[in-house]
Amino acid sequence: MSGISTLLREYDVLGAFWVTIQLTLWGALGALLLGTVVAVCRVSPVGVLQRAGTWFVTLVRNTPLTLIVALCALGVSNTLKISLAPPDSPTFIVDNGFRWGVVALAVYHASFVAEALRSGINTVPTGQAEAARSIGLGFGATLRHVVLPQAFRGAIAPLGNTLIALTKNTTVVATVGVAEAAYLMRNMIEFNPSLLYFIFIVMAAGFVVLTLPVGLLFTWLSNRLAVRR
Amino acid sequence: MSAQASVLFDAPGPRARVRYRIIAVVGAIVLLAMLAYFVVRLADPANNQLTAEKWLPFLTPTAWTAYLLPGLLGTLVAAAISVALSIVFGLLLGIGRLVEQRWIRWACGAFVEFFRSVPVLMMMLFAYYAGLYGLRISGTALPLFGVVVGLTVYNSCVLAELVRSGVNALPAGQRESGLAIGLTPLQTLTTILLPQAITAMLPSMLSQLVVILKDSALGSMISYLELLRSGSYLATAFANLIPTLIVLAVIYILINSALTRVAGAVEQRLRRGPRGVVTRPVTAGFVPEPAAEPDVPPTIMPPRDDRPGRRR
Repeated sequence: MSGISTLLREYDVLGAFWVTIQLTLWGALGALLLGTVVAVCRVSPVGVLQRAGTWFVTLVRNTPLTLIVALCALGVSNTLKISLAPPDSPTFIVDNGFRWGVVALAVYHASFVAEALRSGINTVPTGQAEAARSIGLGFGATLRHVVLPQAFRGAIAPLGNTLIALTKNTTVVATVGVAEAAYLMRNMIEFNPSLLYFIFIVMAAGFVVLTLPVGLLFTWLSNRLAVRR
Repeated sequence: MSAQASVLFDAPGPRARVRYRIIAVVGAIVLLAMLAYFVVRLADPANNQLTAEKWLPFLTPTAWTAYLLPGLLGTLVAAAISVALSIVFGLLLGIGRLVEQRWIRWACGAFVEFFRSVPVLMMMLFAYYAGLYGLRISGTALPLFGVVVGLTVYNSCVLAELVRSGVNALPAGQRESGLAIGLTPLQTLTTILLPQAITAMLPSMLSQLVVILKDSALGSMISYLELLRSGSYLATAFANLIPTLIVLAVIYILINSALTRVAGAVEQRLRRGPRGVVTRPVTAGFVPEPAAEPDVPPTIMPPRDDRPGRRR
């Protein structure tokens, strides 16, 4: 018992999960922005942008996140010396690693966000837009009053799944040394192998606590807002 | 594509076509500028990533026989073992969630819900250290054990969820008629419901293969010699990290897009095929779908029901 209390005193479990939460939130924000741009490109009537969007999604979705994280943190940051934090700040290494981790997470999940948004738009039958045009609504009004409200509702469930996947995938940035939950777990086990099972249960339970409410919320939302057809 | 009307855009007239062309030119310039920035950054004498000496190693046999091919083999071995085990455990867990006995259902449900929420990397780390300290596995078997357990536990849960949603998507009449001709609930499940559900699940299972292949790259963290780790050795040997990572990405993308294409072909075939009751493939929702394109009904009118005695 005393081993457990010293373990929890020595290692900042809550702090590590706070890093996980920050990675999730910033990563989700970046993925939403970039994913929206990509989705707009993919559904635009301009061939060049469509092809660029399709290429982005195909390339990113088929690459392991671990590889993207390595490319960002080791390739672009260390080799090309492009840093995302002021190099003279005392927390440079931590900040730079964290920010490149966020960039990698955002780029990787942007492809899933783009697919979620596009599948949301695809759930709207063409007849809806045709009906809107035939009663005289212009492009903007059709989009604002008819198509997008239905499209967003259709995209809620896949967006929720992407957010849950993102939360779990934040652990991957541990591979380049960002001190989040999986990194801490590894350190804790390395130095306290006798408490292996306890450590795993605690850290795994942390992720259940993080992802379960999000899953319940998005399931409830998508059922509540579902467009009955 | 641009000529036909979509849900967002009407068929373009002459003015819209000019506007699209302008947007296309501007977009192409922006994209090329972004690409040019990276090429310039790579070619910059300070970084010098585009010199021949950093890329030529990939044309020598050593780079492939000593590094990349063994790594690729490691990735494929780990993925193949995990796929085989995941299918077995996934089916068992899925059946467990559908049987009559309440405590089995609850146990399997709790297992699936818990391990679905645990990141694969954490599961791998745990399995690795449990193998090291608990089971006393040593040598090269230890990292393989960690990778396979991590991948299997997570993907069994995903498959179990696919099995459950596949069976639940079947019409109730399938189960009822099975029970009516005197089969036990378990017989009905295994001989009538599961075969149909598994057929409908095939595309999703194939897409899950892509996820398994990608996740196997996490094994590099527990020192399993897969493609990413062997690539990092190669990058150390030839001091060409960025070219190596790009080549690795190309290998992953080629394999995975081939798998995605197979999944798409199977999905098309299922959609056309006359057999079975389920006409559309099932997904368990939380799997980030590689090819998620839901059916768009051609009309908002309900479909005609041709069964006798169903006049509206």
